[in-house]
Amino acid sequence: MASVTLNNIQKVYEGGVHVIKGVNLKIADGEFMVFVGPSGCGKSTMMRMIAGLETITEGELRIGDRVANDLPPVERKVAMVFQSYALYPHMSVEENMGFGLKINGMSAAEVRAQVGKAAEILQITHLLDRKPKALSGGQRQRVAIGRAIVRKPDVFLFDEPLSNLDAGLRVQMRVELSNLHRELGATMIYVTHDQTEAMTLGDRIAVFNKGYIEQVGAPMEMYAAPDNTFVAAFLGSPKMNLLPCHVSAADDGHLHFHVAEANVLVQPAAGFASFGAKPRKMTLGIRPEAMSWSFQGEGLRATVQIIERLGDVQLIYAQLAGTDSAVCVKVAETGKTCEVGQSIVVSAAPGACYLFNEDGKAG
Amino acid sequence: MSQQKSQRQQQRLAKLLQYALHIVLCAFFIFPLLFMFVSAFKSDEAQLLRDMASLSAFWPSGELSLKNFSQVFERTPFARAFLNSLFTVGMTVVLGIFVNSMMAYALARFHFKGREILLSVVIALIIIPFEAVAVPLLLLANQLPWFDGTLGWLDSYQVQIIPFIANAFSVYLFYQFFIALPKDLEEAALMDGASLWRIYWSILLPLSKPVIATVAVLQFLGRWGDLLWPVMVVRGDTFATLPLAMQTFFGQFPRQWGDVMAFAAMATLPTLLVFLVFQRWFVRSAISSGIKG
Repeated sequence: MASVTLNNIQKVYEGGVHVIKGVNLKIADGEFMVFVGPSGCGKSTMMRMIAGLETITEGELRIGDRVANDLPPVERKVAMVFQSYALYPHMSVEENMGFGLKINGMSAAEVRAQVGKAAEILQITHLLDRKPKALSGGQRQRVAIGRAIVRKPDVFLFDEPLSNLDAGLRVQMRVELSNLHRELGATMIYVTHDQTEAMTLGDRIAVFNKGYIEQVGAPMEMYAAPDNTFVAAFLGSPKMNLLPCHVSAADDGHLHFHVAEANVLVQPAAGFASFGAKPRKMTLGIRPEAMSWSFQGEGLRATVQIIERLGDVQLIYAQLAGTDSAVCVKVAETGKTCEVGQSIVVSAAPGACYLFNEDGKAG
Repeated sequence: MSQQKSQRQQQRLAKLLQYALHIVLCAFFIFPLLFMFVSAFKSDEAQLLRDMASLSAFWPSGELSLKNFSQVFERTPFARAFLNSLFTVGMTVVLGIFVNSMMAYALARFHFKGREILLSVVIALIIIPFEAVAVPLLLLANQLPWFDGTLGWLDSYQVQIIPFIANAFSVYLFYQFFIALPKDLEEAALMDGASLWRIYWSILLPLSKPVIATVAVLQFLGRWGDLLWPVMVVRGDTFATLPLAMQTFFGQFPRQWGDVMAFAAMATLPTLLVFLVFQRWFVRSAISSGIKG
């Protein structure tokens, strides 16, 4: 097993497209690190650079104590599981899993033993003679993971490995990957655009955006204390409501958040250390699950646009009066609901709001 | 009800027309073959010539025997020509598969200066007929040295093999196939520690069976029946291929059509065999690449 250190890694493609703009990160030995971010943010490119499938334009990559910038993939002792599984269609499962060992000079008996061991871990022993086309999506995924395991790499790389599976299988494979990490104790780097996968799998998450890392940390820490509006909106489902507003302090120890001239949310000032006494434009962040609604009372006036009843919870999307902004309110299903077009008042639990300055940064 | 009935009748008529067209097309291809095989067994030359004026030409009538076949072996160097054809065409096809696929792989996957131009040249070469380059090629072949110190390749095997190994259309077929293959497979092999050669040999070639079959069949047919080049570069029987050996009959009078047909029938059998062997992949490739066989 090995740690992975990224020192000011940059990637510029031919034609001057700057994809990775200086990434610094230390991934500890045995850690499960998740790279998460929207499409085109550079997370997959970063992984491919660690794998050796893309050259590094600038910066230093260390795997263990070796500088790996110019090492060929096989010498980096990393194994990768591809989104498409990338199983060789003309080879059986056993041949697929043993291909790397065979071409690196291992005897046939040893290859068979290693493949058998990995197949047992993944419970695919009965599939060893089959060709990939005779496997289901989940089975192919297991074989792809098996192919990585047999090489006993220092670092496992997973490039959106679950995105081709159906929802049910994705949940199951998520659990299995967690178990596998516990069992092998290996360093794992996992790329996904799915924040649920990131939150459930990672020891730590690195949120990528436009070639930078926005924030790194443990999932719940980042959920509870996002550094900026990007991370705040990216982690959590449905995403955090971000409301541009004018903030001013009242004499009674409260802050007034004016989302529109006559639409004001009042919250105790205690939770908002980032606000200086001077009134100014800021962004108020409220998670949908921290909001509630009623037909009348204190809060922000809004008109209901869509109601989604998911069985255990209701998601109510409503447009705030006097603005173009909409909010999402997530409440437990109690049987009580409103109707589309109705006027309601939405409010936030005291202490559950976030405040971001004009640059979108917390504090 | 009556509308349904007329619709059914229309469908039946359309199907009937479709079948009729298929039958005409089949006849178009099968009757010449039938004529050749049937005539090869007709040992009475006068009867054969009489039959040519009627439908009996396609029917085994009159005296039937293997006499024509035995005469082929007596009057022409058939066995030698057959082996020569088999060797030159076999070598051209096998070497062609490797050389053309390797070039296509380089064009499809490697980024190097001049790649685009090279690709354009390859595609442009497809439309240049062999007849246009035959004479310059002959002059070139006449000047080339060989390993034994001799100058000029005329009257040799290499002159019938080497100029035809590289084939623009084969490169194009392989190129089309390789660019459609997911890169992930090659990257997975790279991660497994495979070299570029290993990726080509263990991953790409086994996956290219349909294209290999297409290239093999097209190259085989093209070379097996070629007369122009052997006429230009071969003198005598030692290196003569089947089409050249068949010319023996056309310098003799009276022309023995039974012998000609027996020769042609024996010369055709390997091509039918090659097509039957590769047919499954050939058809699959022709369908998937949109190339007409």
